[in-house]
Amino acid sequence: MNNAATSSFVLNRRHLLGIEGLSREEISGLLDLAEEFVELNRQIEKKRTSLRGRTQINLFFESSTRTQSSFELAGKRLGADVMNMAVNSSSIKKGETLIDTAITLNAMHPDILVVRHHASGAVELLAQKVDGSVINAGDGAHEHPTQALLDALTIRRNKGRIEGLIVAICGDVLHSRVARSNIILLNAMGANVRVVGPSTLLPPNVERLGVKVMRDMREGLQDADIVMMLRLQRERMNGSFVPSTQEYFAYFGLDQRKLAYAKSDALVMHPGPMNRGVEIDSTVADGAQSLIREQVEMGVAVRMAVLEALSRNLPNA
Amino acid sequence: MLSDRRPILLANARIIDPSRDLDFPGDLLMADGVIREAKRGISAAGVPAGTEVVDCKGHIVAPGLIDMRAFVGEPGAEYRETLATASQAAAAGGVTTIICQPDTSPTIDDPAIVDFILRRARDTAIVNVQPMAALTKGLEGKEMTEIGLLKAAGAVAFTDGARSVTNAQVMRRTLTYAHDFDALVVHHTEDPDLVGEGVMNEGELATRLGLHGIPTAAEAIMLERDMRLVALTGCRYHGASITCRQSLEILQRAKDNGLPVTASASINHLTLNQIDIGPYRTFFKVTPPLRSEEDRNALVEAVSSGLIDVIMSDHNPQDVETKRLPFAEAAPGAIGLETMLTAGLRLVNNHGMPLTTLLGAMSTKPAELLGLPGGTLRNGAPADVIVIDPDTSWVLDPLDLKSKCKNTPFDEARLEGRVVRTIVAGRTAYEYASA
Repeated sequence: MNNAATSSFVLNRRHLLGIEGLSREEISGLLDLAEEFVELNRQIEKKRTSLRGRTQINLFFESSTRTQSSFELAGKRLGADVMNMAVNSSSIKKGETLIDTAITLNAMHPDILVVRHHASGAVELLAQKVDGSVINAGDGAHEHPTQALLDALTIRRNKGRIEGLIVAICGDVLHSRVARSNIILLNAMGANVRVVGPSTLLPPNVERLGVKVMRDMREGLQDADIVMMLRLQRERMNGSFVPSTQEYFAYFGLDQRKLAYAKSDALVMHPGPMNRGVEIDSTVADGAQSLIREQVEMGVAVRMAVLEALSRNLPNA
Repeated sequence: MLSDRRPILLANARIIDPSRDLDFPGDLLMADGVIREAKRGISAAGVPAGTEVVDCKGHIVAPGLIDMRAFVGEPGAEYRETLATASQAAAAGGVTTIICQPDTSPTIDDPAIVDFILRRARDTAIVNVQPMAALTKGLEGKEMTEIGLLKAAGAVAFTDGARSVTNAQVMRRTLTYAHDFDALVVHHTEDPDLVGEGVMNEGELATRLGLHGIPTAAEAIMLERDMRLVALTGCRYHGASITCRQSLEILQRAKDNGLPVTASASINHLTLNQIDIGPYRTFFKVTPPLRSEEDRNALVEAVSSGLIDVIMSDHNPQDVETKRLPFAEAAPGAIGLETMLTAGLRLVNNHGMPLTTLLGAMSTKPAELLGLPGGTLRNGAPADVIVIDPDTSWVLDPLDLKSKCKNTPFDEARLEGRVVRTIVAGRTAYEYASA
């Protein structure tokens, strides 16, 4: 127990604010390190001491169950003291809370801040005000880097590679930070990325991000190796972006029939939480081709890798 | 301060008078608050006794600038800007007349508020201040204001500031009524429903940043509607802030058809583009949003051709509390009174725009549209005159700015040319003290 990790990968930057700007080597380095933590997490003794003495604060301006608990577990398994702070943004004016909270928390000398915020760019703004490392746990519709990394790890473990795979990202790309981070990462690793969805849910000029744009699931899923479904927020279902849940499911919900357009060994992913019967059918979500539960497992390992790789770059004195 | 009222001779200058398309080496004499004459070779011997003689060393002498769109916080938001601080900023930027906007608190939609602004400016401001009044009561876009009484009180034009009147019936009736008083209606053209949650120009950049975009169509649709209402009503109409090629095409058509239409572009849209936003820099968040480089070039071309009549600063002071926020939550607006001319010189240096065109768009044109006596160096015109050193190169330090707020997009920018003297009604209101 307490063996040091074999990979000595260091992320030579203070913050992880997005996938944008990460090199292929850095992405691979993080994934390799995460592999070790996958093994560790399957043992009874899961504890490491590499972050002992470090303080990690999870600062969530937007509620989250999955990402926050994943980061909490990751920090604790590496030996850090982890504190969760949920900021009720309705009571105070949002922006003031952000900067004020950053300055207040910074005075408590956290080594690592894990931050989620509903506004694009907010995590970067906060990072300018603190001394420790900041990890973006999702900012608006901008980036969610650890989600893209865990998706990449899941793909790599199941397909043995990322390069050359056809990945179809389907649904509400417009509002999705998961889609943006995944597009950047998958392109950096040499995958062929498509986005599929109704035009109301595709961002303007999204093709400039290096993806093929398709409006039809049959065409979009043709020969795909990976089908990545995105969550459709409830408030966007009824008339504002799509006419109804029923119509959306009929054309863009992933069921067995549509999945059959993809390669026979295609795998299905979803960042969660799922709307069963809206963007994905239960038989697919729980079926043999689904990687959804494995994604959650990979999430803890990837976040451990990010925490570890960033902390190796923190000053020790 | 008797000495202030001495006659001034600006000697050894390059005289540029856009109102007569003149550009010649000469001298300019002013006394008793008016321009006496501008010509070649007024010798120091030929001026009245006690005249202050300023050697301009070949620098440019031009009419003081008239900034057709500046938001000032007084009354209601004096912490952002007062008429006094705005006027000091204006003087430092060569602006001798500020046209302040009605979106104050209370709104300038009542003749008493127009009167308040004029008296307050007389007592505290060091440049001329002329208010625009609201087009609709409370800027709500529902009921027209007392256009006749407001105009009689001194409102130079009518506008709802950065808001658009969305109800076409209200707009039609207001234009119809305003036409009877020969009032100028200045309209911000952005369909608020199409703007929606948008915070920057729609396109690849907004998509990358995960920000909601604003399509240029939001502007073009409103402008197109207005052109049809102008055709119906015959009212004098001014597009408050044109930003894109699509709008320019609409404007060109309207002018070709002889409609009484003119338009402004802000100095921000003429010198900056959406790429300047970079990593969520909120000082570059303005309304309408900064557009593509292609749109910017089209806009510069339109000023050169005269399709765009006026360049304005769109001065909008915002403090740290409203700017140091995530991009989507930050208030739009940038200050500009002090930097409009200097930034504008980039158009001369980089785009070959004639100086007379640039200066005319900032002085002669707005004077003509608003019926003001300035914007010219003719004999007998108000002695609102500026001296510009076009060649000096400097870096802008926001702490040197006179405005109460420091939200300048030209923070740390390298600039060429600056105002070295601003004269308002024959008195020197600003003189650059070189270090």
